[in-house]
Amino acid sequence: MSAAFRIGQRVRVRRAFPPGHVRTPFYARGHDGVIDAIAGDFANPEELAYGRGGELRRALFRVRFAQRDLWPDYAGPPQDSAVIDIYEHWLEPVEEGSP
Amino acid sequence: MSRETSAETVNIVPHVHHDHGHPHPKQPDLEDQPVRYHQLMAEAVGELLIEKGIIAADELRRTIEDIDSRNPAMGARLVARAWVDPAFKARMLEDFNAAASELGIETGAIPIRALESTPEVHHVVCCTLCSCYPRMVLGLPPDWYKARAYRSRVIREPRAVLREFGTIVPDEVEVRVHDSTADLRYMVLPMRPAGTEGLSENQLAALVTRDCMIGTAVPAAPS
Repeated sequence: MSAAFRIGQRVRVRRAFPPGHVRTPFYARGHDGVIDAIAGDFANPEELAYGRGGELRRALFRVRFAQRDLWPDYAGPPQDSAVIDIYEHWLEPVEEGSP
Repeated sequence: MSRETSAETVNIVPHVHHDHGHPHPKQPDLEDQPVRYHQLMAEAVGELLIEKGIIAADELRRTIEDIDSRNPAMGARLVARAWVDPAFKARMLEDFNAAASELGIETGAIPIRALESTPEVHHVVCCTLCSCYPRMVLGLPPDWYKARAYRSRVIREPRAVLREFGTIVPDEVEVRVHDSTADLRYMVLPMRPAGTEGLSENQLAALVTRDCMIGTAVPAAPS
């Protein structure tokens, strides 16, 4: 398996709103996180949901976000986090030093 | 008040044969509930699959029986074994499904991961999109896990939700919420409570409730 991202790499969730059965939660779109783990390759649920085979398997990443990045008014301590499972085609690399 | 004429007592059946002598509302039968669209659809698809010979009625029944036989005691056995056997714990963190199989718990094709809570990190699991849940080791999820209230709040204000479960996580500990959005399922491996050194594996398993493995509670030593 040649994964598109490596553990520890900073990534951004695509800010896109396509119709259909999408497993990327709205609240994460456009936000930056860090690759926490590589979960393996899975059939694409966006295809499976419509009776297609999803033969083109997608790498699935466990992405960790700081709660304060997801929710600007987050009331808990700064180390609180959320881990979300996101497919590679929803992730973009974030260049070091970019905002 | 006349029983014959009052509209609100139409469903009240007098219990004159009981010694407490007051009426009770009629317990509705299953068929008295409205039939919902997806319920009808599921039954229709099931009947069609059988009619077309794709699955047999017997296979369908066995699958339902298997799902119904799953329960949190299975997860609790795995947790207790992990507490007493560090090598097993390592295997469970590496390949949960294979480790469960060692205890005779077959978990099927969907990969499950154990999330080990530590003095630094407290894990809690949700599925904001639907109701993904490690059913093969915990059984069916509780209604609150599937409710919008839990799904929308635990990802946004986990500490407030945990407090409502009676679970206070100290400020210096990280609360890490896991949103099971895709192909994996998660079960929390909670910390073994202090003061349980003398307990047997079975006694330890009895301390591990369903909520401890969702992460909304933590196991406590017997008082």
